[in-house]
Amino acid sequence: MSNAATATRTELLAGIAEVLEEVAGTPADKVLPEAAFDADLDIDSLTMVEVVVACEEKWDVRIPDEALESLRTVGDALDYISSEAAK
Amino acid sequence: MTASAAAREAVAVTGLGAITPLGPDVAAFEEGLLNGRSGVHLLDGPEFADLPARLAATVDLTGRLERVEARTLDRVQQVALVAAREAWAHAGTPEVDPERLAVVVGSGIGGALTILSQDAVLREKGPRRVSPHLVPMLMPNGPAATVGLEIGARAGVHCPVSACASGAEALAYALDLLRSGRADVVVAGGAEACVHPLPLAGFAQMRALSTRHDEPEAASRPYDKGRDGFVLGEGSGILVLETEAHAAARGARVHARLAGAGLASDAHHVTAPDPSGAGAARSIAAALRDAGLGPEDVGHINAHATSTPLGDLAEARAFATALGSHRPPVTATKSNTGHLLGAAGAVEAIAAVLALRSGVVPAIRNLDDLDDEADVDAVRTVARQHPHEVALSTSFGFGGHDISLVLTT
Repeated sequence: MSNAATATRTELLAGIAEVLEEVAGTPADKVLPEAAFDADLDIDSLTMVEVVVACEEKWDVRIPDEALESLRTVGDALDYISSEAAK
Repeated sequence: MTASAAAREAVAVTGLGAITPLGPDVAAFEEGLLNGRSGVHLLDGPEFADLPARLAATVDLTGRLERVEARTLDRVQQVALVAAREAWAHAGTPEVDPERLAVVVGSGIGGALTILSQDAVLREKGPRRVSPHLVPMLMPNGPAATVGLEIGARAGVHCPVSACASGAEALAYALDLLRSGRADVVVAGGAEACVHPLPLAGFAQMRALSTRHDEPEAASRPYDKGRDGFVLGEGSGILVLETEAHAAARGARVHARLAGAGLASDAHHVTAPDPSGAGAARSIAAALRDAGLGPEDVGHINAHATSTPLGDLAEARAFATALGSHRPPVTATKSNTGHLLGAAGAVEAIAAVLALRSGVVPAIRNLDDLDDEADVDAVRTVARQHPHEVALSTSFGFGGHDISLVLTT
């Protein structure tokens, strides 16, 4: 498990890229903060659930279903994990 | 061949694909059958150690699918996809209107390995760790759906579930789709992958499995006096079927024809075969009528013959009932591959096509001492040179399902 509270944004981005590679085979160079999960990275709703669960495990945070809808881009996820970890 | 006014339209077999315990494709399957190889081995992992029956016939999927592609597909979907890709390529990647293209892929058990592994996840890590892909991976129609997505079929995707007759029933249903004008091309067959301690324990509790652990390759021995049950196998067989008109219009090579199907049911017992073989005999007679052929036309039989003491004899009686005094050569693919359950009927229909095409009927492996009660012309020891025009393939399943198929050159 990684510590999201002390991780830099670069480290968090690299972590999300690792998750996306594992779950969906997404090339790391496509995982940019502005990339949309559905339109740019071709992550469907089932795979998005896997991404969320993998992020929860990786950083020991909880991403409830209510928050899921607001996570449109990689940057959204990065901000959310970062702010949750700071609490 | 006896021509008959009762004959209904035959359909063309234009593509074959198979991943079986004999190898990765149809070529390896045919070579294995003709050389009498066995795909059976002892399961030596610790999870199998306590089982009373520890034999299986498995396939190697290493490198056949991309990692990401494989992780959202149960093993039964993976074998179906591999076989379907081979069959589709073999058919020349037909250009067909997607709304005239259908899929029928049966399975006896479905995504059992996913259910079992995710049950462990649920117990150990809780519901939030259960895969969101669980349901599409465990559903019995998963292999059919996977193949349908792969080729873009929009005329319907179907999954007959009739235990060990599922693969044969899929071909019967495909024949109906083509004859009734609901599709021009149908990709059809069966898939199974449930080699795991739980199904093995269940079959073993029924006393249905061979326990010949000291000689795995001799364990599956249809019609032999020493047979003591079947060997659980896995794999998939897929055929591309199309109307004669569609095949002719695109200049496709026709490997054989599916000329008739006969379906019956025993209403006898949920698992035990009717000892008289009456339902099996009715399905054979119905298949021959459907093809407009008579008993004397049958050139060889690819028997269901699983290597169980009761089942093999009931089937032999059905042959005598349906064919009278005619005794065509009989082969039994499960002596090589073990029992592929819901894939068996499709894999064995492919074996029948190969025998029609080559004029060679493979020998039944391990048939050292023919059961006195089995009144069949069993092909033994070596494959038999036997050019012929009509093959019969039989499949029977728990639930009392009796499916017979007639294939012609």
